[in-house]
Amino acid sequence: MTTNPNVTRRTALKGAVAGLIVAGTGAGGLVFGHGNAWAATAENLDADTFATLVQMSRDTYPHSRLDDSFYAEAVSVLDTAAKDDAGLKTMLTEGAAKLDKEAMGLKAASYRTMSSEDDRVAILKSMEGDGFFQKIRGNLVTGLYNNKKAWPLFGYEGESASKGGYIDRGFNDIDWL
Amino acid sequence: MATFDKNDDSVVVIVGSGAGGGTLGAELAMKGVKTVILEAGGRHETEDFQNDEWGSFGQISWLDKRTTSGSWRVAKDFSGLPAWIVKAVGGSTIHWAGASLRFQSHEWKAATTYGNVPGANLLDWPIDAIEMDPWYAKAEDRMGVTRTNGIPGLPGNSNFKVLEAGARKLGYNEVHTGRMAINSEPRDDRSGCMQIGFCFQGCKSGAKWSTLIAEIPKGEATGKLEVRPNCQVLQIQHNDQGKVTGVLYADKDGNQHLQLARVVCVAGNSIESPRLLLNSASSKFPDGLANSSGQVGRNYMRHMTGSVYAVFDKPVHMYRGTTMAGIVQDEARHDPSRGFVGGYEMETLSLGLPFMAAFLDPGGWGKDFAWWMDNYENMAGMWLVGEDMPQETNRITLHATEKDQFGLPVPNVNFDDHANDIAMREHAFGRGEAIYNAVGAVKTFRTPPYPSTHNLGTNRMSEKASDGVVNKHGQTHDIKNLFVSDGSQFTTGAAENPTLTIVALALRQADFIAGEMSKGNI
Repeated sequence: MTTNPNVTRRTALKGAVAGLIVAGTGAGGLVFGHGNAWAATAENLDADTFATLVQMSRDTYPHSRLDDSFYAEAVSVLDTAAKDDAGLKTMLTEGAAKLDKEAMGLKAASYRTMSSEDDRVAILKSMEGDGFFQKIRGNLVTGLYNNKKAWPLFGYEGESASKGGYIDRGFNDIDWL
Repeated sequence: MATFDKNDDSVVVIVGSGAGGGTLGAELAMKGVKTVILEAGGRHETEDFQNDEWGSFGQISWLDKRTTSGSWRVAKDFSGLPAWIVKAVGGSTIHWAGASLRFQSHEWKAATTYGNVPGANLLDWPIDAIEMDPWYAKAEDRMGVTRTNGIPGLPGNSNFKVLEAGARKLGYNEVHTGRMAINSEPRDDRSGCMQIGFCFQGCKSGAKWSTLIAEIPKGEATGKLEVRPNCQVLQIQHNDQGKVTGVLYADKDGNQHLQLARVVCVAGNSIESPRLLLNSASSKFPDGLANSSGQVGRNYMRHMTGSVYAVFDKPVHMYRGTTMAGIVQDEARHDPSRGFVGGYEMETLSLGLPFMAAFLDPGGWGKDFAWWMDNYENMAGMWLVGEDMPQETNRITLHATEKDQFGLPVPNVNFDDHANDIAMREHAFGRGEAIYNAVGAVKTFRTPPYPSTHNLGTNRMSEKASDGVVNKHGQTHDIKNLFVSDGSQFTTGAAENPTLTIVALALRQADFIAGEMSKGNI
């Protein structure tokens, strides 16, 4: 996965207050994080939909070791795909709206401003059989865990053939057994 | 490298270039028999392989449309991907991990040994361990299997050390770094293992045996073997006398050609091989070729499988080094007191972070799932592989409406676990967890079976023509010059990884075919 030009990681700050990661949206599709930690540009989805999906993505696979921008990058993949896929765009837009509707019913707040992670996850749980949820989840399996920049954060070293494999680099170096 | 005319009806045509087809083709060529291998996939050489799980998956996997049915979880989580096998020259020997184990003697005689198992379509093989011993010996030498022929075992990586320590604490004795067709030292013009990892993605050091690098080049060097990549066989043709005469295939541009043949050998793996026989139905053979028994496509086996992953409080780095780095064999025996017939092996396995996300708990999400991924560095893993029961209803059929890119019906793979498979998996999960708990696992996880890598049994070998598709030489009971040369011949699956047996059978079959040709019998 190459660096996405539509997502900027501005500082190393982890944004979240109570796990909330989107501070707001602005003109031109701008979506930005708390503490100005990251910013993304929604090219095809509207900024509010994009912002909701970023929050949903973190709630689906929450990793404190991952900067918020990784989730924004994953959503950006869908945003790009929505350009030539009207069905996908509708699914994402309506799905995000449904999250907000459920959240409003529960706490009189939008999904991405609902402060309890448990409440947000309960909404996701109620929708996990939906095509929309599975689309977001499936996208993250590759969009998050196949992002080469994330690999070192999980202790995964990736390609090794060009380094001569691990024959001289610790293939059997376990020392605690 | 040879090139044969499409109208040359003196050639042997082999469909597929994997463990069965690639070995058979090379061996026939070395015996002086003119041979054409038609391979549906492309030819990727060692330098083309990628240390990248998804990249490699897109490069070499068989991704043509397939459908699934039945109660197995693969049908739900990976409905279009029943099998995780390869479409490329070399077939699934590109992807395999290298484990090269002989069947145990009793496994050739499953029906006799296990007795009546309700719902299982068990049958004894028409061959036995004594018959196969010299062929196994030849295959082990050919493939350079460690712990045979004086070849040292591979060194164990950290993932193996965890398995070994736990297994020893439980009192297991048959624990070692396996019999592997991966060079522990340079041999047969191939290098020694560099512990790269990524065995499943095509070995980039050439240490792992595959038909791509170890057999096909030797066959080609004789001037008697032609391998045509990107050529998918659509139909086997026959004459009025009921002998096969050639195959219709499509090249990479979709243009169709007829290659005439004296003998046709089918080795397209256990989904495509029966599919080809069924798709070759004619007015003379309305149920498909070689299907007078009605067994073509039936008795599909995929081994009882499952994985156990465990998180420890310190790093393991299981992905470093050979993927299948060692084995515990104590549970491979037949011991019905455990509540099931047959046995299973426990073998280390590792997945990279991307595949762990996809396969640890397909569909899983949330904090619990994320915890496992957060602890990736501290994980150890093993694969459980054991004998599953052949069942007539586990079968490959032609889809009623779905067609492939050539307009032919796609295969449907229907599978239900047998009660014996479930009991064995439960036992194996428990023993796997016990191994890791014995060395301080923080938590263990039972990962369900991946899409099938060991696809077996759909053109099974039998003494009697009414019980199966091929005789003890892999020759179809119905058509003398039509053979099956892959794992679909398997009468039963045994506990062991199947490749060594497929190779041994192919070497033996080459001897038979060459002999019958010189006698003028085929």
